[in-house]
Amino acid sequence: MTLKTFVRWSAAAALAVAFGAAQAQQVLTVVTSFPKDLTEVFKRAFETRNPGVRVEVMNRGTSSGVAYVREAAASNKPDIFWASAPDAFEVLAKENLLQKFDGRNPAVPAKIGAYPINDPEGLYYGQALAGYGLMWNTRYMRANKLPEPREWADLVKPAYHGHVAISSPSRSGTTHLTVETILQGEGWTKGWSQMLQISGNCAAITERSFGVPEGVNNGQYGIGLVIDFFGLSAKASGFPVEFHYPSVTAIVPANIGLVANARNPELGKRFIAFTLSQEGQELLLDPKISRLPVLPAVYAKAPKDFPNPYDGKIKAKVNFDSDVSEARYYLVSAIFDQAITFRHKELAAASKAIHNAAARLAAKPNAQGQKLLAEARELAFSPVVGEDKAKDKAFLALFRDTKRTAEKTKQVTGLEGYWNGVALKNYTRAAELANQAAAMAR
Amino acid sequence: MRGATPGQLAVGLLIAAFLLAFLAVPIATVIYVAFTEPGGGFTLSHFESFFHLALMRESFWNSLYVAAASVVFATLIAVPLAYFTVRFRFRGALIIQTLGVLPLIMPPFVGAVAMQLIFGRSGSVNLLLGDWFGISLPIMQGLNGVIFVEALHYFPFILMNLVVAMGNIDASMEESAQNLGASGWRLFRRIVFPLAMPGYVAGASLVFVKVFDDLGTPLVLNVTNMLAPQAYLRITSMGIEDPIGYVISVLMIGFSLFALWASALALRGRDYATLQRGGSSLAARALKPWQAALAYGWIGLVLLLVLSPHLGILLLSLGTVWSFSVVPDGFTLQHYATVFQDSPRMIGNTLLYCGLAALIDVVLATAIAYLILRTRLPLRRTLDFTASAALAIPGVVLAIGYLRTFRGVEIPFSGELVTASWLLIVIAYSIRRLPYALRSCMAALQQLHVSLEEAAESLGAGKRRTIRRIVVPLMMGGILAGFVTSFMTAAVELSATIMLTTSQNLAPMSYGIYLYMQSAAGRGPGAALGVLAVAIVALGTYLSHRFMRSRAVDLDRQL
Repeated sequence: MTLKTFVRWSAAAALAVAFGAAQAQQVLTVVTSFPKDLTEVFKRAFETRNPGVRVEVMNRGTSSGVAYVREAAASNKPDIFWASAPDAFEVLAKENLLQKFDGRNPAVPAKIGAYPINDPEGLYYGQALAGYGLMWNTRYMRANKLPEPREWADLVKPAYHGHVAISSPSRSGTTHLTVETILQGEGWTKGWSQMLQISGNCAAITERSFGVPEGVNNGQYGIGLVIDFFGLSAKASGFPVEFHYPSVTAIVPANIGLVANARNPELGKRFIAFTLSQEGQELLLDPKISRLPVLPAVYAKAPKDFPNPYDGKIKAKVNFDSDVSEARYYLVSAIFDQAITFRHKELAAASKAIHNAAARLAAKPNAQGQKLLAEARELAFSPVVGEDKAKDKAFLALFRDTKRTAEKTKQVTGLEGYWNGVALKNYTRAAELANQAAAMAR
Repeated sequence: MRGATPGQLAVGLLIAAFLLAFLAVPIATVIYVAFTEPGGGFTLSHFESFFHLALMRESFWNSLYVAAASVVFATLIAVPLAYFTVRFRFRGALIIQTLGVLPLIMPPFVGAVAMQLIFGRSGSVNLLLGDWFGISLPIMQGLNGVIFVEALHYFPFILMNLVVAMGNIDASMEESAQNLGASGWRLFRRIVFPLAMPGYVAGASLVFVKVFDDLGTPLVLNVTNMLAPQAYLRITSMGIEDPIGYVISVLMIGFSLFALWASALALRGRDYATLQRGGSSLAARALKPWQAALAYGWIGLVLLLVLSPHLGILLLSLGTVWSFSVVPDGFTLQHYATVFQDSPRMIGNTLLYCGLAALIDVVLATAIAYLILRTRLPLRRTLDFTASAALAIPGVVLAIGYLRTFRGVEIPFSGELVTASWLLIVIAYSIRRLPYALRSCMAALQQLHVSLEEAAESLGAGKRRTIRRIVVPLMMGGILAGFVTSFMTAAVELSATIMLTTSQNLAPMSYGIYLYMQSAAGRGPGAALGVLAVAIVALGTYLSHRFMRSRAVDLDRQL
C-alpha cells in the first residue's frame, strides 16, 4: 500500500462516517442518569414514530447532569432532563433552569401516597415511580447461610457483618434518596445511628450507585441497598437475585422536565408527552428496564409478581419531603462521605469489635462490660453533626453555595476535615472500648 | 543548507500553532486556575484546601502507593522473565515474547471487570479456594485490585526494556566477574542487573506514570480515593469552577514530570557504556532440569495470570448469567447480537476518531521529524520537546484543560460548541499519542541516509518533490508503525474520552464499554464490545508487525 492510497482510503472512510452523522435534521438532546438499557428503548421508539428526528442521549450521573445543564452555554442548552432524584429537579427549578408547560397526562393520578407525582407548578413531570429497598443474591445467601432481610433495621444484626453494600450519596442521587428516606423515616439522630450501623456491616461503600447491584448480581456482596428497578431488572435479566421493599420506604416519582432555553422545545414537549403516554409507559415494563409506570392502567399488562404501588401492598411509611432533602442535600452527602465512606475501614472494625463484645457479654454477662459496650456504641453510632445544627439555616447555607470564594472553600473543607478526624477518633476509641468490654466477659 | 526556507517556516509555525492551542494553552490554563483566586490574583489557598481535605490527602498517598506497588509487582513478574530469555537457551523465549504483547492489547479497565469475577470476593478462584481450603484471598479488594490489575497490565513495559538492555550487556563483563569468583545470585545482583539498570528504570518510570494517570481501572473497580478519579469526579459533579480539580491536575502533571525526569537522570547519572563493543552478548546457557522446571513453572503461572482477564472477558461476553459461580451458567451469542444491533455506531466512531487522530499524528510527526533532522529551523528542538511533553500530561488533565479553555466557544458557522464536538476527542487523542508517532517517525528518518535525498536533488528534484517521492515512501514503515501505535492506544483510551464524550451518538467503544457496564443487562454486551475492541487492537498489533517486517525486507531489496 502506498502512502497515497492509504491516505485516500482513510480520508474516504472518515468522510463517509462524518456525513452519515450529519444527515438527520432535528436533534433532541436528553440529559439523563438512566442506563443505556432504558434510554436505548425510548430513543428507538421515539425515532421510529418521528422520522427525521435524532435523539442524542447524554448519560451523566445525577449531579454531573445538573452541573452540565447549569454550565451549558445559553445558546446550547439540552432539551430534556430526565433522572430519578426529585431533589435534582428542585435544584434545577430553583436556579430557573427548567421551563414551565402543561404536559400532564390526565390519566396519571395526582399523588402517590402523600407525594405529588407532578410538580405543582408544571416544571417537571413524574414519569415513573421508584421505591427503595433491599436486593440480595440468593446463591450468596444460601452459601453463607444468611436469613433474608425484611427491614433496614435487620441489616444492623451481627449476622450480616461484611455482607452488605451501599453506595455513597455524594456519588449517586438514588443512594442519596435512600439515605434521606431513612433519615426522614427515623429522624436525624436515630436515622444516622441506623445508617452508621448498617454501614459498619457493609463489605464496601461503592463509588457508583450501580456498583451495589453489580456486586450483588455477580455475588461479591450478599445484600445491597438499592432503588427498585436495579433489583427488578436484574431479576428479569436472569440473575439469581430477589428484591423487597422494607416498610420505611418512600415511593417517589422519577421525573422528566423541559430545560429552559431548550434548543428544540416543541420536540422536547413531544418527547415528554410520549414518555407519559400509554405507549411510552408500557416500554417501562421491558424486563431490562423494569420500572414502575405512573399510569395505573399499564399495570394490567405487567408480568406476574410485578409490584404495583397503586394497589397498597407496598407499605411506604415515609412521606418524603423534598424541601427538607434539598435544604440539607450537600450536608448529608458530606457527612456521609467524611464519617462513613472515607472512614469505612475504621467504622467496620469498630462495628466488628462491638458485635464481638456483644456476643461475649451475652454468653457471660458483666455489668461493667455492658457499660463500656454502650459507650462504644454511643461513640461509633452517633452522627458527627447534631440535629439542631442540621436545622440551622446559616450553617446549611454554607454548604449550598455553588460559587465559593477561596475563604468559604477553606471553611467547608476545614469542617469536612474536622468531621473526618472526629469520626476516626470515635471509631478507634469505640473499637478499644468494645475490646475491653469483650475482655471483661472472660 | 543554512537558515530555513519560507515553506519550512510556515509548516513549523502551523505545527507550533496546533501544539500551542491544544496542548500548551489548555495545560497553562489548568495551572493558572489552580493558583488563582476566583476574582483574580495569585493564591496558594486552593492547595491549602486540598491538603485540608482528609480525602485528598488520602487520595494523594493512595495514588503514590498504588503506582509504586504496581511497579514493584510488575518488576517481580518481569525481571525473572527477562533473565530467562537472555540468559538461557530454551524454547520458552517465544512464549515470553508473546507475554510481552498480550496484556497490552487489552485496556486495563476492561480486564478489571473480568478480574472481579475471577479473583474477587466471590470470584472463581476464591470460591474454589473456599471449597478446598476454607480461605479467601482479598486480591481484588480496594487498592489491592487496582495494583493487581495494573501490574499485570503494565509489566511488559519493564520486560521489553529489560530484555533489550540485558541483550546489550557485553559478555566480557560477566566473564571478568566470573574470573574474579562471582557467580549465581551475586553475579546477577552486582553485574548483570546494574548493567541493565537503564532499561529497567526506563520501563519502571513508564509503568509508574501510566498507573498514576489511569482513570478507568479505579473507576471500574469502584475505587475513587485516588487522584485521577477525584479529579474526574470533582470536575464532573462539582462543576468546572471547582478549584480542587485543578489542584489535582497540577499535582498529577508534577508527578508525571518527576518520574520522567528521574528516569532521564538515572540514565544520565552514570556511564553505563561498556568499553568494548562488538563482543558477544551474555552467553546463553542450557538449563538444568530443575531450573527448566522452575522457569517453565514461572512462565506458566504468569501466562495464566496474564490470560485471565482475556479469558474472563470472553466468558463474560459469551455467558448468560455469571453469579456466585466458578464459570457462567450457560453460553449464548446474544450479547454480540445486542452490540451489533444497538451500537454499531460506537465501533464506527472508534474507527473514525482513532483513524483521524492517528492520521494527524503521522502527518505532524513526519513533518516534525523532517524539520528536526533535515532543516535548521530555529527552535526546532522546542517543537520536539513540546510534542514529547504530551507524554507527561494525563488524559484527565488534558480533558479538564480543554473543557475550561474552550468553555462556551462555538465552532464557526455551525453554532455547535467546541466542547460538545467529537473533533475535540480526536484532537485529544492525537495530542496524547503524538509522542509515540514522533518516536517511530524520527527513528525511520534517522535510518534514512541523507545521500538518497541528495541524489534525488542532484537529479533535479525540488525539495517538495524529494520529500514526496523519496523521503516519505522510504519512511513508510516507520510512519505506518506510528499510525498503528497511535490508533491502537487511542482505541482503548478512557481517561480523556469519559470526560469529553457528551452524548451516546458520539461515544467511541471505550466509553461504550464503560456505559454498558452500568446496568445489569449491559454486562454481557459491554464485555462483547470489550472483546471486539481487543480484537481490533490485536489485529492492529499484528498488522504493524507485518508492515515493519515487509518494509524492512523491501528496503533490503532496494538497496
